[in-house]
Amino acid sequence: MTPAESNPLTFQELILRLQSFWAERGCVLQQPYDVEVGAGTMAPETFLRVLGPQPYKVAYVQPSRRPADGRYGENPNRLFKHLQLQVILKPPPENVQELYLQSLGAIGIDLRHHDIKFEEDNWEAPTLSAWGVGWQVMLDGLEITQFTYFQQCGGLDLFPISAELTYGLERIAAFLQDVDSIYEIVWARDPETGGVVKYGDVRLADEQQFSVYNFEFADVEKTWKHFEMYEAECKELLDGYAELIRLGSDPGQKVEEVRDKLDGHVGYPIGEQKKRFPLLAAYDLCLKCSHLFNILDARGAISVTERVGVIARVRALAVGIAKAWVNQQQGEAGPAAKSEGPEPAREPRPKKQKLTPVG
Amino acid sequence: MPDFLLEIGCEEIPARMIDAASAELRERVGALLTRERLAVSAVIALETPRRLAVLASGISAAQADVIEQVTGPSVHVAYKDGQPTPAAHAFAKKAGVDVAQLERVTTAKGEYIAAKVTKKGRTAAEVLTEALPKEIATIYWPKNMYWRKPSERFVRPVRWLVAMLGDETIPLEFAGIRAGKTSRGHRILHDGMVEIPRAGSAYVDSLRAAKVLGRAEREQQIRKALDAATRTIPGARWREDRILLDTVVNLTEFPAVILGGFDPQFLPLPEEVLVTVMRDHQKYFAVEDAEGKLLPHFLTVLNTDSDPQGLIRHGNERVLRARFNDARFFWETDQKKSLLERVELLRHVTFQKDLGTYYEKTQRVQRLCSWLNEILRSHGIAVRPGVVHKAACLAKADLTTELVKEFTELQGVVGGLYARAQQLDPSLPEATRMAIADAIYDQYKPESTDDDVPRSTEGAVLSIADKADTIAGMFALGLVPSGSKDPFALRRQANGIVKIVAEKKLPLTVSALMLDARSGYRKSEAEKKFVDDETFSESVRAFFRERLEFYLKDVRGYEYDVVEAVLAADADDVVDALARAEAVKQVLHMPEFQAIGAACKRIRNILWQAQEKGIQPGEKFEYLPEAAHEEKILAEYMERTAGRVEEHQKKKEYLDALITLSTAREPVDKFFDKVMVMVEDPRVRANRLALLKTLLTEFSTIADFSAIVRSE
Repeated sequence: MTPAESNPLTFQELILRLQSFWAERGCVLQQPYDVEVGAGTMAPETFLRVLGPQPYKVAYVQPSRRPADGRYGENPNRLFKHLQLQVILKPPPENVQELYLQSLGAIGIDLRHHDIKFEEDNWEAPTLSAWGVGWQVMLDGLEITQFTYFQQCGGLDLFPISAELTYGLERIAAFLQDVDSIYEIVWARDPETGGVVKYGDVRLADEQQFSVYNFEFADVEKTWKHFEMYEAECKELLDGYAELIRLGSDPGQKVEEVRDKLDGHVGYPIGEQKKRFPLLAAYDLCLKCSHLFNILDARGAISVTERVGVIARVRALAVGIAKAWVNQQQGEAGPAAKSEGPEPAREPRPKKQKLTPVG
Repeated sequence: MPDFLLEIGCEEIPARMIDAASAELRERVGALLTRERLAVSAVIALETPRRLAVLASGISAAQADVIEQVTGPSVHVAYKDGQPTPAAHAFAKKAGVDVAQLERVTTAKGEYIAAKVTKKGRTAAEVLTEALPKEIATIYWPKNMYWRKPSERFVRPVRWLVAMLGDETIPLEFAGIRAGKTSRGHRILHDGMVEIPRAGSAYVDSLRAAKVLGRAEREQQIRKALDAATRTIPGARWREDRILLDTVVNLTEFPAVILGGFDPQFLPLPEEVLVTVMRDHQKYFAVEDAEGKLLPHFLTVLNTDSDPQGLIRHGNERVLRARFNDARFFWETDQKKSLLERVELLRHVTFQKDLGTYYEKTQRVQRLCSWLNEILRSHGIAVRPGVVHKAACLAKADLTTELVKEFTELQGVVGGLYARAQQLDPSLPEATRMAIADAIYDQYKPESTDDDVPRSTEGAVLSIADKADTIAGMFALGLVPSGSKDPFALRRQANGIVKIVAEKKLPLTVSALMLDARSGYRKSEAEKKFVDDETFSESVRAFFRERLEFYLKDVRGYEYDVVEAVLAADADDVVDALARAEAVKQVLHMPEFQAIGAACKRIRNILWQAQEKGIQPGEKFEYLPEAAHEEKILAEYMERTAGRVEEHQKKKEYLDALITLSTAREPVDKFFDKVMVMVEDPRVRANRLALLKTLLTEFSTIADFSAIVRSE
């Protein structure tokens, strides 16, 4: 431990330690995604990166907003916005569990003095049409991490699969510092003066005001309008990409016609147009829809009959983007990348017996 | 005769799946060894969260040689003028025998030549290397995954394999891993690799040294540790919980137990809430005093050997404190809005996407309850309609509470607790309020065949109405459970209705209940999607018949044929079916009924044959001048006894009815001895058929005796 670090770790030291641990194991350290998401999984660094064949290792902190979970800062264990440290290992190394356990050592948890269990917990996100299997990691009875092997994302089978480690940072920090309220967590300690800044100092107002907004002030009509506008633009983009695919796959199509249909792209061949098509922007619009849906839900503005339908609308966007994204990525790698796609799962067939013993 | 060992090393297998998978693997390996003639005495399994292992002692090192008969060309082709042809020579060469050793075999197609070929038995190692990977891949998992190739599936990634015969490795491969002799010890208590010297008990010993125990040992260790920890509190005992015990046994490789405590200030919270938090969310055992009252302690099972610094206890106490704080926070927040006010919120809670909201369900259930109340009252059963009505009104209100959102398994229970704690209506006497609370509390009971039915009649009415409404709605939508597909647990709910009606002895018929439940959906949006009345009634009838059959056989223990016989007569009235089953069981062994059963079968056949030939029985038996003596005797007998039997039946004195009927044996036997039914004269024939038909109807109202199968 460097002298600048305290025992137990402050909140920010916890983050730094986990980041260094994973950086030392080859992860790209990304920064939090700057569009509202409900979970680290929804950030493009997970949702889009787990698709397709390219290996990738990344770690990032992601503020995750769940408007309905807000408690006006009054509940010591619940937050509207909490921080997750998200690690994606694609493909997962064979010793992924051991690596994870070592990361606990890196934040000062000596497992010889604790009780650690991997308990079944399978993950499913209907709005992303994604699921995986895995565990909740329990440390002395506290769930500290979600460990998931992704199997499907955006309705697509994954190959290779990814392992996703989601550390609940507030929980771990409260555990390390042995405090009963999230707001009592020491976020930072001034090495000169020893003065501390607590989680509550940094975030309490955030929790209060957003709880008030999400539950009381959010303008239902306008929020619906925002939702519809984002959705419409996202759909237009997806339709535009679909049109490109259609045109690109038609060898009889004249270049001029293509240019007519997609003005503004004049001068780019189809392949290039596909490559520079703003699917990432489309995904941002989809994330906006998801967040606005959550606000409307917290606001109690979505009737029972609407609810299932709205979830399906967001899912349609996410699935559409996932498919388009895989197509866009393949554009580069060509058909070789495609041939590595997952083969359909088959039941092993028993072989016929060859020997026929005589009486 | 080497010992055999297979160990599949895996990342943590879900606790709920371990036992079944281990048993399956043991059976598969046992069957494989038998099938491959590597004869074996016993196959045992050893399973932990990180491994499924199978051990077999003294298997054959190789299969015995087998003499196989190979058939060649036909004799005509093989011999010419008694001399072997080139074809015979070629066949002999291929089979590796001398031409002179060829034999002749006769088949359906003619005579052929054949050779006896000795096939060398393969070694056990060869056979197992080839066959075991397939057995491993075929193990059933409720949910599996792939991690390397989509075609390779297992419950979690397989990380190592040990396969040995004696001290030799069996070089099998699965999921890209080649088996060796290296296993792994406990994650924390051991530093990794464990070399297995040889298959057999050495494997178990090596694991034990690496702090990994088999299932039975773990269970014993946990029980002992639970006892020991509880003994430190005078007069205390831990609450036995089989399901929880199985879970923690399968979450550990080397278990220990610690006793923790919580602040007694949480004890005023309902015990149901405290126990649910401890058991379902934290997998803790509750601790109680001699009277069964909860103590402010808990027991948690660790997957490590001790807690020298007390950190684990401290951590668990901290988590429980947070959980209890949450529960208390929810409890207090929920009180800010009464159940009555919450009913309105049910307009926003979906019951089922086509069947509308819980608000609408509440209204239907209230209506159905009124109907049930009337039926019970008309049969002289005491029921307080006010209690039922109020309970039905508030029953689903707890779905909007924070506590139920957090602890869904406590639905109903929480409503009952809140009804107890709240002033529902100042005009209500205390006793009435408690009765309402109890009915709400019990509304989901019985949750299984072992669970109790609601305590009060009012609770029973509510529980039946709630379940009937769900079943009627789903069946009307055509969402009938099939095979393993029963997402709304309709079977369990129907089992619940049958059990309540049977145990509370309620005068209800299933068909009437379901029809009325369905009529609750009249004029709703959902009705547009409903199947027609006939399809509905038929599917509901078949469904409840199955449930009643299950109840009589599996819960009440009646023999299969008794249940069949009783339900063939009628399966609509549960209490009646139960009474008839009991009566039939009593008389079943009387020789008279053996004879009556045979007679019924005979009558059924005669009537069926007549129908096949298009011959109709007469309207009613008449004393024709041509009637035989025995025929008249039987008819007179029936006239004499029918009234008495009917009288008994009306009073549901089925045993008396059956004993009265047992005297029919003599006239019936005599009739069949002397009288021919299918005679030429159509009048006489129709008349006799009429008599038999009446007789069969008479017997079959209690049970179809022709369905009873007993050997004398």
